Amino acid sequence: MSKLTAGQLAVNCRGLTKQYGQGENAVQALRGIDLEVRTGEMTYLVGPSGCGKTTLISVIAGTLDRSGGACEVFGDDVASWGERKRAAWRGRNVGFVFQALNLVPTLTAAENVAIPLMILGEGHDKAVRRAGEMLERVDLGARARSLPAQLSGGQQQRVAIARALVHDPRLVVCDEPTSALDHDTGHRVMELLRSVASSAERALIVVTHDARIFSLADRIAHMDDGRVERVESTPSSR
Amino acid sequence: MIRIALRMLLGDKLKYAGLVAGLAFATLLITQQGSIFAGFVLRTGAWIRDTGQADLWIMDEQVEFTEDRKTMLDSSLLRVRGVEGVEWAVPMYKAYMPCRLADGRRVIARVIGLDDATLLGAPPIMESGSLEALRQDRGILVDFGDAQDELSLSIEPGSSERRPLEVGDRVDLNDHEMVVVGRYQRTTEFFWDPLIYTTYSRALAIAPPERRMLNFVLARVKPGYDHEAVAAQISALSGIQAYTAEGFEARSMDFILRKTGILANFGITIALGFVIGVLISGQLLYNFILDNQRSFAAMKAMGASNFLLLRMVAAQVMFAAFVGFGIGVGLTALSGRVLSGSELAFNMAWQVPVFGGVAIVICCLFAALLSISRVLRLEPAVVFKG
Repeated sequence: MSKLTAGQLAVNCRGLTKQYGQGENAVQALRGIDLEVRTGEMTYLVGPSGCGKTTLISVIAGTLDRSGGACEVFGDDVASWGERKRAAWRGRNVGFVFQALNLVPTLTAAENVAIPLMILGEGHDKAVRRAGEMLERVDLGARARSLPAQLSGGQQQRVAIARALVHDPRLVVCDEPTSALDHDTGHRVMELLRSVASSAERALIVVTHDARIFSLADRIAHMDDGRVERVESTPSSR
Repeated sequence: MIRIALRMLLGDKLKYAGLVAGLAFATLLITQQGSIFAGFVLRTGAWIRDTGQADLWIMDEQVEFTEDRKTMLDSSLLRVRGVEGVEWAVPMYKAYMPCRLADGRRVIARVIGLDDATLLGAPPIMESGSLEALRQDRGILVDFGDAQDELSLSIEPGSSERRPLEVGDRVDLNDHEMVVVGRYQRTTEFFWDPLIYTTYSRALAIAPPERRMLNFVLARVKPGYDHEAVAAQISALSGIQAYTAEGFEARSMDFILRKTGILANFGITIALGFVIGVLISGQLLYNFILDNQRSFAAMKAMGASNFLLLRMVAAQVMFAAFVGFGIGVGLTALSGRVLSGSELAFNMAWQVPVFGGVAIVICCLFAALLSISRVLRLEPAVVFKG
């Protein structure tokens, strides 16, 4: 894997389409998306509900097959691979922050964060130790042994961010990371994400319709009805 | 990830307890019924084991079990004695006879006639009196347990209060007055009729006359000779069949299992235990997987392969199976201990927990199959759907 520098093409989608269902029940979720995402940038996908944001990051992250067009991530056409190779690729290259967080309720914060490392084959104890270090970076070192239910919404979101970053992925995708948080907490979480996750070698894609956090983006891709309407750079990127 | 899988399982205490309880109950049902079945099976050969002096049992070739009265020519005894490798051979008589007690009660008893000279084939433990006393005129030995139960006597005519049959009491066997000269102890048998010992000649004297009277010949094999080989030589003689003690026990057991339907009855109960185990554990495991579906899908999105998830589910199932099985077998052993003084047949032979363990593992694999297919079909993208 060659060393990436800021501004390199991380995601390159051309004419990307995705259709759910067949015949009369077919729903066209993506209608020819052209999108470039570069390393060192935090790119927001914004738009109304049902416009295809989540479908787009699912295809980019290799968790969903496209119906047409092309989409390369770090030069790889992931959709052309089998599920096993794709899973291994996701494990190495992608960090996820899910809208519903999907923290395992019966595991401690450190164990939740350690999951991506263990999926990559690291032993439990070493993975949990590294997860503890990652939790320190998101100011949750003291809560490493807490269960998710013992943490506030903001703290749980920070655990999810730590989990997305612990294995040092090249692409981080976040789906509505602030939807369940109040304004202040949401802002703080996004600032944290920006400060911890931003790196010259990493691309961040954030799906949101929370206009309160737009100021933290480098670029914003506005989507509507399965299309990217326009991409704008924000003051923070200049 | 196996440790994570187990932490996921143990973390949901209520479901885990339900899963383990279901498997423990299934194990209890399977192993306890299995142990009772094994106990019954063991009882089918109890009399043969109690008659421990004989290496070989010789009988008419049509005899199928211990109580099967098919007689041989008296000359069979001499023919057996003539076979190379036979150290000694003695006759034994066994037949059902009507028995009338001093208080007028009548029962059917099994009467065994032992070789007059050697008394070989006698029960191993005397409780009172002596085996030698059997040589006394009209002497019989009764079982200690039978003496307390079927052969007990009313204290007074018409009284429901009873006392055990004692040495010195008189009993009519086939209208011949006999005297109890000793009480022995035997292993509980599959058959329940009282078992009375006397000498061979006395047994023949009181038995209804038949053309052939000899049931069994007991034989000891000379040291250095192979028991099976000597048995085969004897079996080659026309009309008779020789078995080692183990062989005769197996033949009797096989016949009783075939004829009584015990195997089918216990088999149904054990199968029910298996089905209950599959249903309970399958249901709980399926719910557990359903509850953790999003976690599994998230792991799949994060790069976990289907194989890894399969291993995780398998570890969860096997752990629950191991704990449930341990508790179930423990409860079975405990129930065996509690019931050890009762009449209930119970024998937790090593095969029972092994069989139970295999059954529970299969049961869990069935249950896991229901759940695993759900995990395998999970779309990792499902985690993005809020």
